[in-house]
Amino acid sequence: MISLLLTAPFLLPLATALLTVLVPSGGARKGVAFGGALASLLVAACLVAEVASEGVLRVAIGGWEAPFGIELVADALSAAMVLITALVALLALLFQESDADPAETSGYFHPLFFVLIAGVGGTFVTGDLFNLYVWFEVMLLSALGLLAFGGRVRNLDATVKYFVLNATGTLAFLFAVAFLYAATGQLNFAALAEASRPDDAARWLPFVSLLLVAFLVKAGAFPVFSWLPASYPVLPAPVLALFAGLLTKVGVYALLRTAAHVFPTAPVIFFEILGWLSVFTMIVGALGAIYHYDVRRILAFHIVSQVGYMLFGIALHTQGAQVATAFYVLHHIAAKSNLFLLAAVVARTAGSYDLRRIGGLYAARPGLALLFLVSALSMVGVPPLSGFWAKLMLLREGIAEGRYVWTAAALLTGFLTLFSMMKIWFAAFLEAHPAGVDAPKPLARATPAYAAIACFATVTIALGLFPEPVLEFLARAFGASDPTEALASLAEGAR
Amino acid sequence: MILALAVAAGAIVFAGVYLILSRDLLRMVVGVSILGYAANLALLASGRPEPGMKPAIVPEGLEALSSAAADPVPQALVLTSIVIGFALTCFSLVLVLAIQQRTGGADADALREVEPPPTHDHQPALVEEEP
Repeated sequence: MISLLLTAPFLLPLATALLTVLVPSGGARKGVAFGGALASLLVAACLVAEVASEGVLRVAIGGWEAPFGIELVADALSAAMVLITALVALLALLFQESDADPAETSGYFHPLFFVLIAGVGGTFVTGDLFNLYVWFEVMLLSALGLLAFGGRVRNLDATVKYFVLNATGTLAFLFAVAFLYAATGQLNFAALAEASRPDDAARWLPFVSLLLVAFLVKAGAFPVFSWLPASYPVLPAPVLALFAGLLTKVGVYALLRTAAHVFPTAPVIFFEILGWLSVFTMIVGALGAIYHYDVRRILAFHIVSQVGYMLFGIALHTQGAQVATAFYVLHHIAAKSNLFLLAAVVARTAGSYDLRRIGGLYAARPGLALLFLVSALSMVGVPPLSGFWAKLMLLREGIAEGRYVWTAAALLTGFLTLFSMMKIWFAAFLEAHPAGVDAPKPLARATPAYAAIACFATVTIALGLFPEPVLEFLARAFGASDPTEALASLAEGAR
Repeated sequence: MILALAVAAGAIVFAGVYLILSRDLLRMVVGVSILGYAANLALLASGRPEPGMKPAIVPEGLEALSSAAADPVPQALVLTSIVIGFALTCFSLVLVLAIQQRTGGADADALREVEPPPTHDHQPALVEEEP
């Protein structure tokens, strides 16, 4: 039962991908895809329930125990990430049914889409460093397929830029795996945590730094974020929402996992460097967003700056900050995916993604404007939306730890974020249309688009109004920086 | 043995990074795949191979591996990463060939389809495509 729950996050999407290849007609393919996505969501909900009642779940695949075989582990963090992944996949698929910038329908779309989800799901449940690398490559290959999809020069341009930095990043990861295995003879997370206990923390610095480089590329952090704004704008809206919500967050998740559970004893200089990188990531991302007028580019640069917040939380290296970071990731996935979907509806209705060519949508579509405000203000951190709690906790931890410069940079980034969100708000909704045509083009199939957007907005509002159960659940993953202690304390709590 | 592997991996990293820094797309992707081989060598070296090691098979009549047996885990890892690297190399070569066919060149600096250069007054270029 537990092994089924733990393998489902990647086996279900893989099976769905296979089925969508085998099913000949387009209509049946859609049915299979929705079935697979719904089943993934249900299983993810079961996984969350199981983790909530039983604590950390572990399965050694094929009966090969930890030092030799691959172990799958799901703690509260993994379970929460699997759940939000399944939700984003389902809503992206739903949005694909509308006519707001959907992906071209062809036999390749669904298989690539689901293999990507399988890669993301596998990343969240694996407890093995090399297995993590394999899932990264699964994600990379299917992401490249989705980017090159259509085969126009702009697609190929984006693909090549995505490929070079990300492939180099995963190679850095592979080097780190080799060195860590040579130094410890272990690949399992728990075993690595055990092996890294000794006092000479400086010995681990080169290895964890290589890991850091790999994960920073994946996360889109300064100074290796340039692949992100260079590739995201070519994607159709549902795929873009998926990429924006999940792919960079996989890098953040891997880094959080490494810093919190695998190498909590990494030297102080590691976290110091990470903290300053986070400051540059936040500010450079926000400044990039201010310069641009293409809504997708503005939002893409915002991903960079928001990833900076998450790195800031990881760099603080306290349990409170880690919980706050995990909450931030969940909030960010819901809000950011939704902003890209909203941008597609805005662009489809008003005629362009360029803010200099659109306007006057508030009068014509007040509901759309309201939905945009929910996600945009959540991103900025306005109470009572989800971003407020995420930012409040991070800033409080920053001040408590005495990191005043980092905290000030985070506050400044909040203002810059507000500025560029208001830029979209004024240009797209309030100001008159520059060409003088105020009659927007209605969507032919609006229901799926608004349904997906409304679901995401509900998640954002719900996370904002009831953050406590989510925080309590996530805190279980960070109960203690030592995984075995965490297990013990969980067991005591159960008694 | 380890020293030889280290020197070889170092030389390959050098060659790979040199090629990746090239502006020619084909040299760039070849550089990425060469860098992958350095990682494979490092993985292989992580098992500390020595000449005269035995394969990791339990000899007949014994319960455990002999002490001269090679570590099988890095071999499994290296096999996996070779296969993945092969797939990535194939994909990237086809990608660059497709770019060459469609644009007639493979200069990384000339490839500005997604991020067009700014206009004369330093504003971002207008987005032309319709959603």
